[in-house]
Amino acid sequence: MLSNIGISLVVLISILSLMIIYTASFDLKISRPVIKKSIYKLSLFQTTFTVLCFFTLIIGFINSDFSIINVYENSHTSKPFFYKIAGTWGNHEGSLLLWINILVIFSYLFLVFNHTHDKKFRLYTLICQNILILGFLFFLLLNSNPFNSIHPIPIEGLGLNPILQDPALAIHPPLLYVGFVGCSIYFSAAIASLLSSYSGKLFAQSIKIWVKISWCFQTLGIIVGSFWAYYELGWGGFWFWDPVENASLLPWFAITALMHSLIVLEKRNALYPWVIILCLLTFILSVTGTFLVRSGILNSVHTFASDPARGVYILLFLSFMILSALTIFFLKHKKETYNFNLKSKETFILANNWFMIFFLVTVLIGMLYPIFLDVLTNVKISVGPPFFNIVIIPLVVPLMFLMAIGPKFSWIKSQKKILYKILFPILGAVVINLFIYYFFGKYSLLSNLIFISALFLVLYTLLDIKKFINEKIKTGLPRIISHLGFGLLVFFIGINYQFSFEEDFNLKVGEIKKMNKYEINFEAIKIKESKNYKAVIGNFKLTNFKNDLVQYLNPEIRVYSNPETLTYEAAIKTKITSDLYLTMSNVSRSDYYNIKFQNKPFMIWIWISALMIALGGFVQLTLKKNEN
Amino acid sequence: MKINILKIIIFSFVIFFLCVFWVGLKKTKNYDTKTLIGSRISNFQLTEINNVDQYISEEDLKKNKFTLINFFASWCAPCRAEHKYLLNLSSKGKKIKIIGINFKDKKNNAINFLKELGNPYNFVGMDLKGKFSILFGIYGIPESILIDNNLIIIKKFVGPIDQTHYNEILKLIQ
Amino acid sequence: MKINIFFFIIYIFITSTAHSSNNQTKLLEVYKNLRCLVCQGQSIADSNSDFAATIKLVVQDQFNDGKTEVEIYKFLTSKYGEWIVYQPAFNKNNFLLWILPYAVLIFGGFIIFLLVRKTKHNKVN
Repeated sequence: MLSNIGISLVVLISILSLMIIYTASFDLKISRPVIKKSIYKLSLFQTTFTVLCFFTLIIGFINSDFSIINVYENSHTSKPFFYKIAGTWGNHEGSLLLWINILVIFSYLFLVFNHTHDKKFRLYTLICQNILILGFLFFLLLNSNPFNSIHPIPIEGLGLNPILQDPALAIHPPLLYVGFVGCSIYFSAAIASLLSSYSGKLFAQSIKIWVKISWCFQTLGIIVGSFWAYYELGWGGFWFWDPVENASLLPWFAITALMHSLIVLEKRNALYPWVIILCLLTFILSVTGTFLVRSGILNSVHTFASDPARGVYILLFLSFMILSALTIFFLKHKKETYNFNLKSKETFILANNWFMIFFLVTVLIGMLYPIFLDVLTNVKISVGPPFFNIVIIPLVVPLMFLMAIGPKFSWIKSQKKILYKILFPILGAVVINLFIYYFFGKYSLLSNLIFISALFLVLYTLLDIKKFINEKIKTGLPRIISHLGFGLLVFFIGINYQFSFEEDFNLKVGEIKKMNKYEINFEAIKIKESKNYKAVIGNFKLTNFKNDLVQYLNPEIRVYSNPETLTYEAAIKTKITSDLYLTMSNVSRSDYYNIKFQNKPFMIWIWISALMIALGGFVQLTLKKNEN
Repeated sequence: MKINILKIIIFSFVIFFLCVFWVGLKKTKNYDTKTLIGSRISNFQLTEINNVDQYISEEDLKKNKFTLINFFASWCAPCRAEHKYLLNLSSKGKKIKIIGINFKDKKNNAINFLKELGNPYNFVGMDLKGKFSILFGIYGIPESILIDNNLIIIKKFVGPIDQTHYNEILKLIQ
Repeated sequence: MKINIFFFIIYIFITSTAHSSNNQTKLLEVYKNLRCLVCQGQSIADSNSDFAATIKLVVQDQFNDGKTEVEIYKFLTSKYGEWIVYQPAFNKNNFLLWILPYAVLIFGGFIIFLLVRKTKHNKVN
C-alpha cells in the first residue's frame, strides 16, 4: 500500500514539474510584471507532495514495511527507532529521494522569497530548476525507485549493518545534501540570469543567502563525516583524500570562491561572468562527484554498492547539464569592462579565488588522472594522500597570509599603518614558532612556514577581535570567526602531524610492549555477548613514564551476526591536550594481536577549530538583516 | 574569432572528458598483477618442508621446460578445490613440473593435507612468514605462476585453478 | 618577482620531505604510502588484512637491511605495479599529473595579472 502511495506521489510530482515548466514558459511571454498565481500554487503543491512522498518512505522504515524492497534491504525490526529513520536516506534510492526533496524545497523558497526581483529571471530559474528535478525524478523512476515492492513479503529485513548505526553517520548525509543539492538553485539562477540578461548586482543579491546556506551545511557535513571516520573507522586518521571525501571537497572550494566573489559582484558590479561560471561549476561538481562515487568507476572504502546502469544514467544527465550550461554561457555572456583598484579588497578576493581554484583543480586532477590514464594507456596507478599533501600544503602558507591581510585592506589608508599592523602578529608568530621548535622538536622548513603563517593569521585575527570589542561593530564578525577557525585548524593539524606518536606491533595476551614514553601491558581478553554482536574486548594497561599516569584502554573486535560483519572499535581517550588511540585486530591463525597505538596531541582542538569555521557562516546567516 | 576558437577548444575538452568517463565505466575495477607477465622471476632459495638441508633455487627451475609455482595452505578451502587439477598436471611428466610453496602454515598440517589429497609437487617449500609470496608478486591464496625454462612468467592464476585454467595450461605446455 | 616565488615553492617542495628521522616513524610512513591490494582503498598502515601483515614484514626486513624508501618502493612496484604506491612516481606516465596543478596556478596568476594591468591602463586613460 505504502509502495503504491509512494509511486503515485512520485508520478504526481513529475506531472506537477512538467506543468510548472509549461505554465512558466507560457508566463514568460506575458508582459505583466507579476508571476501568475497558479504557478505559486503549482509549486506549493509540488513541495507538499514531495515532502509527503519522503514521509511515506520514512513511515515505511518506521513500520518495517518489508513489502518495500528498499526497506527490506536497508532496515531490520530490531534496529533502534532513530536509525530506522536514518536508514531512509542511508541508501542510494532513499538519498536520491532526499536530493529531490531539497531540489523542490529550494525551488519553492527561491520563488517565494525573491518577489522583488525580475519576473523573467525568476521564471527561468524555476524552469531550469524543474528540468533538473525532472531529470532526477526520471532517474528515480527508471533505475532507483525506493518504492519498488516485493512479493512474498519477507518477514525480516537485511539491513542491520552496524557501521551505519552511528549518530554522526546518520546526520551526515542530510547536512551534506543541503550543501551539495542546495547549489542547484544558484546553478538554475545563473542560467536564468544569462537567459534574461539580468543585472549582476541584483543577481548577486538574489543568490547570496542560498550560497551562504549551502556553504554552511557543506562545511558542517564535511566536518561530521570526518569526525565519524576518526571515531568509527578505527585508523586514527580523519582525512584520507578518499574519493568520497574529495567529492564533497570539490564543491566546497567552489562555493567558498563563489561566496567571496559575490561580495565583489554585489558591491562593485564586477566579475559577473566569473560568478556565473562558479555558480554553474558548483552544481556540476556536485553531480560529477555523485557520478564518480556512485557509478563504481572509482575504488573507495565508503562507496555505496554500485550498479553500472546508475553510472550510465548519471553520466548522461551530467553531460546534458554541462553541455547545455556551456552552450547558454557562450551564447549569452557579454564582455565586461573591469575597473579594479589594485590595492583593494577585490584583488585579495581574486587571490582567494585563485587559491580555491588551484586546490579544486589539484583535487580534481588527483581523482580523475588514474581514470584517464587507465582508459588511455591501460596503466593503473594510485593517487593518494602523499600527492595531495605535497601539492596543496605549501600553498596554504601564502593563502593564510592573504586571509589575514586581505579583508581589512581597503580600510587601511597609509603604508605606515599597514606595516605597523602586520609587524606585531608576524613577530608573535615567529617567536611562538621558535619556541615550539626548540622546546618540542625539530621539523622541516615547510612546517615552520605553516606554523608561522597559521599563527600570523590567528594573532592578526585576534587583534581584529579586540578592535571589534572596543568599537562594538558586528559586521565582519562572521568573517573573523571563520578565518580564525581556519588558522587554528591549520595550526592544530600541523601540531598533530608533527608531534603524533604512533606504534604498530604484535602482542600476545600477557605480553608487555615497552616504548620510549609508554608501556603497554596486554592484560587480558574478555568475551562479551551483546544483543546483536559478540565482542572480543582487550584490556590494556597504559603506563605513561613521564607522569606515572596509568590508564586502561579497551578496544574491541566485534562480530555481528546479521549481516555477518566484523568491525574494529578503537579505544579512544580524549583530553584537552591529546587523544590516546588504541586499536586491536587479531592476526589470522595465531595467538597474536596486531596493535596500533597512537598519541595525538590537541586532537579535540582540530574539531573545535573546524566547527568554528562553520560557526562563522551560521553567525552570518543570523546577522543577514543587519549587515549592509 | 579568437574567442570562437577558445569556445571550440573548451567544448572539445568537455566532450573528451565525458567520453573518457563513458569508457571508464566499462573497465574492470579489480586490480590484478598482470603487469608481471613477461618478466623474469626473482632469485630465491626455499627450504624443503621436511628437510632443512634440502633447498631449491631458481637455477633448479631452469632444468624444467615449464614450471608451475603454486602457493597453497592447509587452512585454505579453495586450495582443496584446485588440488585435483594439480594432480592431473603432475602426471604430465616431463613437460611440466609443479613446485608447491606452503604459505603461512604449520608443517604438520601441510604434510597431512598432502597425505590426504595427494602430493602433486616435485618440491614443497616452506614460506612460514609469507615473505616469499611477496617476492613472487602474490597477494592471495591460492595463486599460481607458470614459468618457462628461461624463468619468464607466462601466466598468473589468481585464485584456484579451475577447468578453464587447466585447459589453458595444457595448451601452453604443448 | 613571480619567478622567485616559483623557485621558492620548488625549494619548499624539496625540503618538505625532510623531517623527523625516527626509524619507527619512517617505517610507518612507508606503510601509509603503500596500498593494500585486497582492500577497498586502505593503506597498509590502516589495513588489518593478512596481505598487509605480510607486506609489513617484508618492508621491515628490507629496512633493517639498510634499503632506502625509494628502493623499497621500487621493489614492490616491480612486483605489484605502480598501483601499490600511493605517491605517483614522476615518470613519463605521470608527469602531467604533477605539472598540471602548477600550470593552472601559473595560468590563473597570469590572468589576474592581466586583469590588474588592464585596470591600470584604464585608470591612466
